[in-house]
Amino acid sequence: MLSVWLPIKTIWWREIIRFVRQKSRLLSAIVQPLIFWILIGSGLSASFKPPNTSYENSSYEQAYTEYFYPGIVVLVLLFTAIFATISVVNERREGFLQNVLVAPVPRWSIVLGQTLGGITLALLQGVLLLGIAPLIGIKVGLNSLLTTCGVMVLIAFGLTNLGLLIAWRMDSTQGFHAIMNLILIPIWLLSGAFFPVAGVPNWLAWVMKLNPVTYGLAAFRHSLYLDSHITFDALPTLMVSIIVCSVFCLLTYTGAVLTASTQQI
Amino acid sequence: MNKRIVVERLTHNYDKRCALDNINFNVASGEVFCLLGPNGSGKTTLFKILSTCISPTSGNVKILGFDLNTQKRAIRKLIGVVFQNPGLDVKLTVNENLRHQGNLYGLNGQNLNNRILELLDRFEIADRKNDIVETLSGGLKRRVDLAKALLHKPSVLILDEPSTGLDIGVRNQLSQHLKELATQENIPILLTTHLLDEAEGCNRVGILDKGRLVAIGTPDQLKSEISGDVVIIESEESETLRNAIEDKYHVQVVNADNNLRIETANAHEFVREVVTAYPTMIEAARFGKPTLADVFIKMTGKTFD
Repeated sequence: MLSVWLPIKTIWWREIIRFVRQKSRLLSAIVQPLIFWILIGSGLSASFKPPNTSYENSSYEQAYTEYFYPGIVVLVLLFTAIFATISVVNERREGFLQNVLVAPVPRWSIVLGQTLGGITLALLQGVLLLGIAPLIGIKVGLNSLLTTCGVMVLIAFGLTNLGLLIAWRMDSTQGFHAIMNLILIPIWLLSGAFFPVAGVPNWLAWVMKLNPVTYGLAAFRHSLYLDSHITFDALPTLMVSIIVCSVFCLLTYTGAVLTASTQQI
Repeated sequence: MNKRIVVERLTHNYDKRCALDNINFNVASGEVFCLLGPNGSGKTTLFKILSTCISPTSGNVKILGFDLNTQKRAIRKLIGVVFQNPGLDVKLTVNENLRHQGNLYGLNGQNLNNRILELLDRFEIADRKNDIVETLSGGLKRRVDLAKALLHKPSVLILDEPSTGLDIGVRNQLSQHLKELATQENIPILLTTHLLDEAEGCNRVGILDKGRLVAIGTPDQLKSEISGDVVIIESEESETLRNAIEDKYHVQVVNADNNLRIETANAHEFVREVVTAYPTMIEAARFGKPTLADVFIKMTGKTFD
């Protein structure tokens, strides 16, 4: 048993050490989304029409900064996943990862170690951002805190593996950046992070409904307001969201392991 | 019996391009075997196959009796691999890099600590143990890399151009280290290089050219294929001069990039005669004992670069 977990642990631990030694990563992963939040949140507040939410049978009006806040947390998770996976592209080409690949370690455990590293970093930053919630009037009790942490782990797991799935195929970081702009940023934009499904054209609503991140974000909204007793009638339920997220995690992890196993060094 | 690496009829194609063509050789315990070849000769492909990075198109490779095509995992446990670029995480300390590697091979705790200290001592880098790798020089990085490859006491060591980026002094040290390792641990060491002086320092050399193994033997054996001395004459009119010399002296002249190359027993006499006979056609002339570069020219008809 030890022989299986030791490589996973050491790969996880390296991700953490690297992060701690590169302070700029923390800065860019958190500060950039925060600036987005403040600028875009303030800019769009006046023209924003909030989706249907209810609070003890009466309606509850969200300001745009509040609506946008869960989206920003998910953006931080996405950025963390991207940073955690982008090094795979370089390290596979120029040395470090080549050494890991010729070690007698199954590929699934390499991917799992990398994923756990990504999750840990994402969770740390996510929790840090949760500190803002009370400042904008969201009451976060123990229930909310634990559920949101669980949901953040799920979202980070899926996004990190999606990143790995792409990164393991790439032979240049330029290629990865292109994919990032083409796939990763749009799936965040179209997840309900930026604007609600209600009111968008039919085709776009479908795109959003088929986007797995939509369910991650829905789960996050539900769990964030668990202690405030606010429900989001327009969103998929917490249970449905968590199931979809879990399936997404399973698929991306399997995909990442298969990709890592078939790629030659 | 003692052949720990056995390569038979190995062929590898990238799409339709043939990178390795019917390669056969063995490496025994205790010897440093060198694959010498210019860029594009296929030596990195051969390294990648032997280090289990890629699977060959066809042929048999056995390492310590295990089949490379079907028993990769078993082979990975037993080989130490050093890639051309040091496989170190530059943000980690020397010790952290070594611990990471040890963990990948199932080493842990006090066992691993002792092994790390032992290797740091051996490569005289114990004082840099807690330094971040990006602060080390190229030579020191290479030593850490080597220590890393030896952590799990591999039974075979395979290195791809280990002297890349090292100056000549450090290169000689590395050569010395490898020879000591091979004899002390009684393991086969295989390395690739495009440097002739590095190949001279190995026990046996295989010369690769365009995916074919054109010669194999100890450096002395290879050089003894050349009779006497080697004369090199540089000339702008090399073809005219070549014909003239061949007609007059009845010797074989090889023209490689305007360098005429002649093997002869009496080099000093020969050079004097040729220079006197064709003073205007000769830019420079020199002669000496044959080197591996001469062997390469003899085997392939072109200069080594």
